[in-house]
Amino acid sequence: MPTATFKVWRTDEKGGAFRDYSVAIVPGMVVLDAVHQIQATEAPDLAVRWNCKAGKCGSCSAEINGSPRLMCMTRLNSLPLDEPVTVEPMRAFPPIKDLVTDVSWNYRVKQSIKPFAAKKPDASDGTWRMRQADIDRVQEFRKCIECFLCQDVCHILRDHKMHDRFIGPRFLTYAAALEMNPIDAGDRLDDLKNHHGIGYCNITRCCTKVCPEHITITENAIIPLKERVVDRFYDPITRLLRVFRS
Amino acid sequence: MDFETHDYDVLVIGAGGAGLRAAIEASAAGVQVGLICKSLLGKAHTVMAEGGVAAALANVDDRDSWKVHFADTMRGGQYVNNWRMAELHAKEAPDRVRELEAWGAVFDRTADGRILQRNFGGHRYPRLAHVGDRTGLELIRTLQDEGVHRGIDVHMEFTVVSLLATDGRASGVVGYERERGRFKVFGASAVILATGGAGRAYKITSNSWEGTGDGHSLAYHAGAELLDMEFIQFHPTGMIWPPSVQGILVTEGVRGEGGILLNRDGRRFMFDDIPDAYRKQTADNEDEGWRYTQGDKNARRPPELLTRDHVARCIMREVRDGRGSPHGGVFLDIAWIKKRLANGEEHIRRKLPSMYHQFKELADIDITKEPMEVGPTTHYIMGGVRVDGDTQMSSVQGLFAAGECAAGINGANRLGGNSLSDLLVFGKRAGEHAAAFAREHRRVSIDTAAARAAADRALKPFEAGPGGGENPYAIQSALQEMMQALVGIVRNEDDMQRALQGLTALRTRVERAVVTGHREYNPGWHTSIDLGHLLTVSEAITRSAIERKESRGGHFREDFPEKDPRFAMFNVVTAKASDGSMQVRRVPLPAMPAELKQIIEDQK
Repeated sequence: MPTATFKVWRTDEKGGAFRDYSVAIVPGMVVLDAVHQIQATEAPDLAVRWNCKAGKCGSCSAEINGSPRLMCMTRLNSLPLDEPVTVEPMRAFPPIKDLVTDVSWNYRVKQSIKPFAAKKPDASDGTWRMRQADIDRVQEFRKCIECFLCQDVCHILRDHKMHDRFIGPRFLTYAAALEMNPIDAGDRLDDLKNHHGIGYCNITRCCTKVCPEHITITENAIIPLKERVVDRFYDPITRLLRVFRS
Repeated sequence: MDFETHDYDVLVIGAGGAGLRAAIEASAAGVQVGLICKSLLGKAHTVMAEGGVAAALANVDDRDSWKVHFADTMRGGQYVNNWRMAELHAKEAPDRVRELEAWGAVFDRTADGRILQRNFGGHRYPRLAHVGDRTGLELIRTLQDEGVHRGIDVHMEFTVVSLLATDGRASGVVGYERERGRFKVFGASAVILATGGAGRAYKITSNSWEGTGDGHSLAYHAGAELLDMEFIQFHPTGMIWPPSVQGILVTEGVRGEGGILLNRDGRRFMFDDIPDAYRKQTADNEDEGWRYTQGDKNARRPPELLTRDHVARCIMREVRDGRGSPHGGVFLDIAWIKKRLANGEEHIRRKLPSMYHQFKELADIDITKEPMEVGPTTHYIMGGVRVDGDTQMSSVQGLFAAGECAAGINGANRLGGNSLSDLLVFGKRAGEHAAAFAREHRRVSIDTAAARAAADRALKPFEAGPGGGENPYAIQSALQEMMQALVGIVRNEDDMQRALQGLTALRTRVERAVVTGHREYNPGWHTSIDLGHLLTVSEAITRSAIERKESRGGHFREDFPEKDPRFAMFNVVTAKASDGSMQVRRVPLPAMPAELKQIIEDQK
């Protein structure tokens, strides 16, 4: 049976290092299968998060050969196996052990965003009418599986560590899904500008490139939100009108 | 060992759809709620539900009503369901779905802007509210986002090892947090189990690592009764090739959108065997079946949309008789609809986006061009904790169960789409009644000696000396192979007796399991703890399956291949005897009220 070498990040007292494992290749194998094989044979205590193994839960995020990917959706036949495959944890979050990181910051950020607040029902039966065309965009954003790979790759978080001032692409997309929901009555533009740091995003599109759900984060979510913020706070005519009104 | 302790009025174990819905309801009732997740919040197996949530909204076909949904559920369950639960479920599901919309869920729409509904196996009318083929994700995300703003304390990556009961009352749980491996005790006036399924007892399964029957096992050892554990749903369409994706679910929605099943010879074999109970509602030609999937109200449904137990057995028959696909399944073809629809490819991608994605990325198959290879996969357990239909309380006071880990609504076979509605309807009921129970009953004190003993037991795999002991992964895989081979889709007495002996041998091996490394985030250790739950659940499945000497729904015995009317009169109940052994007994079904009987007659 053919084999491949995997260099997997293992934490230790000194921080951590890559360790080599030899893995037997099975047709159709994904990186998560390789990690499971290592667990079942050589390293039962190798820490990894996973659940559905079908790209639907967003648990097994990691950096494979340096790229942020889901382990369960990365086929070995898409990687050059004549050289070792490196598997390491997401680097934008504090390490816990091996491939597992502390992603709790994301949960705290989400809680800081004003929740969905339904408008009064517009139909006589006490429900809402919405046209499919009006919710296509919102549904695109709601495909998000919260794998946080977009947060991992975003240089504002990863390199500049602005976690206290910038909510990251995942939560800008979340805010966009709420703002563009036809029956939501909430208003998050002030927060986006003043507390959530939308201005820091300089649309490098790295988040869109790594999204395993192929959500067009930059063009469809972030840019329209930026436009709304600009319209409200920076448009000279609106500002002038505001001065007169007050 | 001193424990960090948390106290709540209501403690919910499990944060999939049922647990989240229960926590929201209990919290709305004004009590303090704690929610324990085995993984991170929002990652539970509910995300895998694809096709939709069944509710008689009658948005697409106004002939639908709770009565038809009730009759469909009972027929699908072959009449051993808890009729009260089936009634409540059918009546309350529409409100539970509308409520989700009020909390921000965004369902696909009809042309006039209402919630769209699709066809599914065993449902007479288009009934499944859906979001493409990712409905479960929409549901869990909506509940999660609603729940986090309600003051619920969430404890993520925490595994419960023992449910504590004092004098027949649930008092709390003991378990460990994964990150540091520390044990904690949670005291509560009422405990709700919402731990999902037990598919990991089998080798080929659509379930994640979490589906190890924890709730079933915790309840059983705390003195609660389990019901109908022989009824396992083998979903007819799981991926079978390549080997690494074996078992991953292929939604029934593919067949709802017009997908057909073909054998090696290209024959549409589902027309070959249509059960009498469904003959009147099933198309007898391909054209009528197609018209049904396209919304023709005068057409009858295609045989691919018969119930899951039947479709799975038909696939097994084709494979057994040498008419299977190259990798031991059959073909599921949705690409053929291009012959009928001008924009077929685009239609498939829009209606089944995650299936398109899944096959493209995992199997190099473009489902708009080629058929998929599929075969049965262990998907769902109809059996579970025996509960009161109205309150969801088990036979242990203060212990409730909801969702997959509870039993009753589905009888011998669950209809697709009824799991998401089940967890909404009964999650809410469990939360409501657990909160009421917590208000009316003072907390009982925790038996700290029992908590300490449970923690010591859980730590035992660290103590094995050098040279001794076995890798827990090897034991788990031996258990899965054995259950698949001996208590799988086709069962018989001899195999199952061998399985019981096998379980005894595996129990000895589990006693000798050894783990390496330390307690922090150690999957080998977690596997050794899951094994205890898996053994309990596997034994309950096997003993119940031996007791039911007939074939019904998800339970098929080649030594008793027919349905036996005498067995339609009772459920199989599993409980722990005073000597610690597992006992099964037959419990007569309660008599159904005349008006419900009449509904079933009217819908035949």
